[in-house]
Amino acid sequence: MSRAAGGRASSAPLLGTDAEPTLFELSRPGRAAWQLPTTGVPELPLEDLVPESQRRGEPVPLAEVSERDLVGHFTRLSHRQYSVDLGAYPLGSCTMKYNPKVCDAVAGLPGLADVHPGAPASLVQGWLATLVALEEALCALSGMAAATLQPAAGAAGELTGLLLMRAYDAARGERRHRVIIPDSAHGTNPASVTLGGYEVTTVKSDARGCVDVGALREVLDTDVAGMMLTNPNTLGLFEEDIVEIAAAVHEVGGLMYYDGANLNAILGVVRPGDMGFDIVHLNLHKTFATPHGGGGPGAGPVAVAAHLVDFLPGPRPVRVADPEAGTERYGWATPARSIGRVHGWHGNALVLARALAYIEVHGGDGLLRVAERAVLNANWLRRALSGTFEVPFDRPCMHEVVFSAAGLRKRTGNGAQDVAKGLIDEGFHPPTVNFPLIVGDALMVEPTETESYETLVALAEALQRVAARAEEGSLAGSPRTTPVRRVDEARAARTLVPTFDARRSD
Amino acid sequence: MPDYLPHTDEDVAEMLGFLGLASTDELFGAIPAALRLAGGLDIEPGIPEPDALARARARAAANEAGGLVCFAGAGAYDHEVPPVVRALASRSEFVTAYTPYQPEVAQGGLQAIFEFQTMVSRLFGLPIANASLYDGATAVVEAVNLGVGATGRPRVLVSAGVHPHWRAVLTTFAAGTGHRLVEVPLRGGVTDWDAAAADEDVGVVVAGSPNYLGCLEDLADVRRRCDGLGALMVVVTDPLSAGLVKSPGEWGADVAVGEGQGFGTALSFGGPYLGLFACAAAHVRRLPGRLVGETLDADGRLAYVTTLRAREQDIRREKATSNICTNQTLMALTAAVQLGWLGTTGLVEVALRCARGARYCKDALVALDGVEPLTGDTPVLFEFALRLPVPAALAVERLAEEGFLAGVALDALVGAAGDGSVGADDAAHGLLVAVTERRSRAEIDRFVAALDKAVR
Repeated sequence: MSRAAGGRASSAPLLGTDAEPTLFELSRPGRAAWQLPTTGVPELPLEDLVPESQRRGEPVPLAEVSERDLVGHFTRLSHRQYSVDLGAYPLGSCTMKYNPKVCDAVAGLPGLADVHPGAPASLVQGWLATLVALEEALCALSGMAAATLQPAAGAAGELTGLLLMRAYDAARGERRHRVIIPDSAHGTNPASVTLGGYEVTTVKSDARGCVDVGALREVLDTDVAGMMLTNPNTLGLFEEDIVEIAAAVHEVGGLMYYDGANLNAILGVVRPGDMGFDIVHLNLHKTFATPHGGGGPGAGPVAVAAHLVDFLPGPRPVRVADPEAGTERYGWATPARSIGRVHGWHGNALVLARALAYIEVHGGDGLLRVAERAVLNANWLRRALSGTFEVPFDRPCMHEVVFSAAGLRKRTGNGAQDVAKGLIDEGFHPPTVNFPLIVGDALMVEPTETESYETLVALAEALQRVAARAEEGSLAGSPRTTPVRRVDEARAARTLVPTFDARRSD
Repeated sequence: MPDYLPHTDEDVAEMLGFLGLASTDELFGAIPAALRLAGGLDIEPGIPEPDALARARARAAANEAGGLVCFAGAGAYDHEVPPVVRALASRSEFVTAYTPYQPEVAQGGLQAIFEFQTMVSRLFGLPIANASLYDGATAVVEAVNLGVGATGRPRVLVSAGVHPHWRAVLTTFAAGTGHRLVEVPLRGGVTDWDAAAADEDVGVVVAGSPNYLGCLEDLADVRRRCDGLGALMVVVTDPLSAGLVKSPGEWGADVAVGEGQGFGTALSFGGPYLGLFACAAAHVRRLPGRLVGETLDADGRLAYVTTLRAREQDIRREKATSNICTNQTLMALTAAVQLGWLGTTGLVEVALRCARGARYCKDALVALDGVEPLTGDTPVLFEFALRLPVPAALAVERLAEEGFLAGVALDALVGAAGDGSVGADDAAHGLLVAVTERRSRAEIDRFVAALDKAVR
């Protein structure tokens, strides 16, 4: 009787808390899955193709498994993975809404998916039309003049925006050194500021959870290149003083940068451009429902006001009039003072195509409804749970609400992370925990618009049960219903086993 | 028309009532009235799914390149992606999850990435590999950031053999970091390191092999030079080359990066792709992006979790090793599935078939009157540059009419003026041709005959 090195037959079903061996443990020399086309190309030996000095001695050891083993392995892994398709995923700030399947169907069209990015413009007119249509929609949504679609994710968009600030300053003959961010900002903001060559100046939030305008004015001077702001902010609150904030930053010659992480709340309601922002990044994987892929891919297009269009990354897809034929074609153009490329090709194109399909099926009217329902759902949860957890800033929120388990911790020792683990046992994905940093034991809940009233009720009741359990004793034993119990993160860092080979060499 | 929102009118009324509001509009009371968008978005009303799909199909049909037999490469390759890989990589448990902030409900994705890291580590011959970066271009940027951080010296020698777009991205981001990039030109298709003024300021050397023109370079020489300079050695490579040639780790690279699109991801008009990043153990605390590690759960069972999180932006903020948050996890998982499908023998077989196809195609093309290899006798692996008697862009245009995407004209990559890799005249006449395991002898023969006509 032969068994895989993992101690189990390679396609034995996974039961209960059984661990799934790695693919390497399922490997048996002599097994293989690959099949390649018949080509008739002459079969020259390796010696004729690669000089001896370059030639590898032994092949790279990868797993050797049958196709059936491969399917079994990754299917079993998929059963150990929570997802939006499985259930509600109220992970605050990440906008884990349902991803319409029609968008996947669009991205899977061979005429889009099988196109080489280096083909000349004349052969990719459909792709250029797709990109231009998306850019125009994003500009309409954000109130901006033009956009680059190259940045591959929100953080890449942020850095692109900061480099736009630099280029703008340089064109004015200036060199400014500081960028202001609120203390409630996402961590990507300060990290991007550093990579953009600026220093971070943090401005604190006031008692209402918004930027303290007085504190802002104290740090504003002509060394400030700009301010990065998320609005609604990470507390889920609209920055009501936004006009005054933007005016103050503009007054010293700074630019306003809009972090689009929370755009879902305001689609069709208010536009960043109308609030006074000069640069806007949008997270297509959040607002426009492109699947999050377990951690990516995303897309982080950057839209800008008219005075910054000349600095955008290039080449950009553009409409080109063909006066002879009287028709319109599409081509590429690089802006006069472009900061250069920020992606190896044209951005995460298939993500962009999905986002356009999402915008088309929703339309301007549907997108407004998206924002309305997202905000309705969040406020319903805020009210429903306000007796269960503290709401540090208890006033109408936008698309998400931040609770605090600080009181619970004080009374019972169970903090936000414990509540999260308890909620897993109720079958839900937890909210974001311990962020924003300015709220102790934060539980950041973003239900999104695609969860039903019934789901919200069930989620609220589940959180109430978890809170009740917390009052009665410790939640340290949670989760119990998952393939593994609470994992030891400190041990992972201490022992550092980042590959199967590191495991074996222990 | 139905949409994706589950609320009935009664639901909305009841929920608003619970909130003491008369209308959804009142939900937005915090937004100053003067800012509110009057008249709605300037975006057409929503259309039914079948209409949207039809519209996308029409756009797809307008991409003539999609129907051509592909001889284009330049960092994006038309490799075989079997149905089994498509099926597994499109499982919605993987597709619709996010970053594994709660590891207990993400063991599947975490384990897949652990396996991916192991595979990348073995391909590159280096012990540490991260969970992915955006693409090959940004992987080079991160490698340089790591190298400058580790050595404290901001001067960076960059071979002109690194993909021109990737060098362009490096230049864009150097505006923020202040790194001083020095391009080292190619001669005969390989880097002429002697052309670079080697001073003590050099903190990082970036070499490529196979480089973007397909040529294999002498990385032992690069290692010696790095030792002399006290610089970190970054190698940019095509990960498929690991099927045939020594890994960057074997040559002594400190960091290796590459584009992983060829492992299971379609050409996709350039994205989403997969940035691969591996490094020596000494640099693990400067590693950009996420890293999955093994640990135990409360019951002592094996478990996986993202680790060394103190490097990352959400913890370390302005002192983080990188600003990356969302990465390309789904492409990484796809690569793990594809590499699982290929296995030890399949990786060698694919690489061998690509090299054979390239050799067969190149030999036939350079036998044509007026067509010359652009890089002389320098050994090439999977792709090669030709000098044509007509502008390459013209040849590409003509060959499209014959059903071929002939390659990428070099001036489309480096610009009309040329750069350190090719001069202006070679840029105009240079064509970069790639052959994958999907191209048959019959396709290559027809392509060669068509190119012969197209360059007259």
